[in-house]
Amino acid sequence: MSFSLPSPLESAPGARVRAVRDPFHGDLLEVSMGPHHPSTHGVFRMNVTLDGETVVKLKPVFGYLHRNHEKIGENASYLGSMPYTDRLDYLCSMTNNWAYALAVERLSGQTVPERAEYLRVILAELTRLLNHTCFAGFILQDCGASGTPLMYAFREREKILDLFESLSGSRMMCNFQRFGGCRADATPEWLEAARALVDGYGEFEELLTGNEILMARTQGVGRLPAKLAVGAGITGPMLRASGVGYDLRKVDGYGVYPRLDFRVPVGADGDTYDRYMVRVLEMRESIKILRQALGTLPGGPVMDPKARLRGFRAKPGEVYSRIEGPKGEIGFFLISDGGPNPYRYRVRPPSFINLTVLEDLCLGHSIADTVVILGSIDIVLGEVDR
Amino acid sequence: MLGTGLLQGLAVTAKNLAGSYHDPKRFVTTQYPEERTKLPEAYRNFPFLVSESTDDLMGTLRCVACQICEKECPPQCIYIEKSKDKKPDASGKMQVYPAVFDIDTAVCMSCQICVEVCPFDAIKMDQIFEIAATDRFTGLLLGREALAKPNAYYHTLHPVDAAEVDDRLATARKAAAAKAAPKPAAAPPQPPVAPSAQAPAPKPAA
Repeated sequence: MSFSLPSPLESAPGARVRAVRDPFHGDLLEVSMGPHHPSTHGVFRMNVTLDGETVVKLKPVFGYLHRNHEKIGENASYLGSMPYTDRLDYLCSMTNNWAYALAVERLSGQTVPERAEYLRVILAELTRLLNHTCFAGFILQDCGASGTPLMYAFREREKILDLFESLSGSRMMCNFQRFGGCRADATPEWLEAARALVDGYGEFEELLTGNEILMARTQGVGRLPAKLAVGAGITGPMLRASGVGYDLRKVDGYGVYPRLDFRVPVGADGDTYDRYMVRVLEMRESIKILRQALGTLPGGPVMDPKARLRGFRAKPGEVYSRIEGPKGEIGFFLISDGGPNPYRYRVRPPSFINLTVLEDLCLGHSIADTVVILGSIDIVLGEVDR
Repeated sequence: MLGTGLLQGLAVTAKNLAGSYHDPKRFVTTQYPEERTKLPEAYRNFPFLVSESTDDLMGTLRCVACQICEKECPPQCIYIEKSKDKKPDASGKMQVYPAVFDIDTAVCMSCQICVEVCPFDAIKMDQIFEIAATDRFTGLLLGREALAKPNAYYHTLHPVDAAEVDDRLATARKAAAAKAAPKPAAAPPQPPVAPSAQAPAPKPAA
């Protein structure tokens, strides 16, 4: 009775991926891109199977940045989870704070003063500007324009971060929203600086839009059909680029958004270029919103005087609350049993759910396009892995 | 025409290149150790403990070891041990004080929640960011000696807030002194700002 194991360098019978010393070597190659790859926006791995240069199979692997966010949220007090939400999508801590504060406010039936609502809208739109600026820089970096566009983007971003720092004390980990309002009030000087920033925002678009190389690299690449986008639960600019006009600022009308006049840009093809352009147009709308909100900001307190900070307890019940973050629908699901900490704490992260269609977008494209497509989804690994 | 978009983008780059020689808006780099940008007043880094007096930092800590910050701290980086004896606090009441107050700045995430929940205005956020240490255990674990800073220092960081806190404490002290002093001779005159460890007013009845 003879029995021999196949040598590890020979392929098993029927394997689609051939080992290197296989006689049929050359047809398919499996490559592990990441986790320490500069274009994966963090520690993210793609197991791509290549036919020549064309992607025939792609398996995303993540979890390298898992920090137990949701379990920590169940053990920390309601207030204690607030600084952790900064660390979900660390580019957009203001919107994460708002989504979480909104969930707890709905759970405990708190109201927010008018000025705080306006301030939240201003900060959320500044965050959207910041995020989309960074997005444009990153996607150009992914296209191979190393350095220049990203540095332009970061220069613009720095101005917004300075505003955040002078208001909240920290550039990125703002920890600014509280249940029942905002932690600090904006001074007249701060509002003046914000107005100046909004008026002088724009050189970046001139640098990129209409650039032939950008168009050649992105048009027709990574098409996402509207049906698949809706079926996969895609939200945010990525869904709107596929031609679905769904924006929670219009659909839910939370905050003071119903009082503000703005439009929702929608793409036509759902390709990478549309995902870029939708964000550029959204930045213009954000500037419009910011002008209105800064112009009509009412006076008054920014914190509900009845709000409790120490020993906060929410009524028993459950709530799911969502807002339109820069990357899509960021939502928090909380179950309270009346105790000082939530019984269940769950995050609906837009980056993670938008990432689920990565394989469908990449199939049939070259490995270089995979990088651009991943960039166009706009993920932050802090939110994907939580 | 093919290439116009490219040329338009290059024009922006060229403008910025030229501007970096004469346009003040383009001089964005700060030569850090020699030059320093002014930190915004709201900037926060790690907490410190406020002491009333500059001379006697340990004796005049505002902290009464109530341990609220220890409980509320999200990453649990504060460790407090209460003292066995009591001494008068900033508002004149007899209170315990922290025999041990440690903050592990390697764990602290600068969220400011300890400051917000403190009912005694005893812990505030510092703005010193050059805190590199050669030893990551003892160098970053700050005890109460390293954390205590005088109220005058807090005044330099946040003048408006500090004055407000002083007013509030002075009112509380006056109320406590009035309540606890049936004999008029017993009420010592209290300076409004930065009182040192004086003879304590007798313990109020409440």
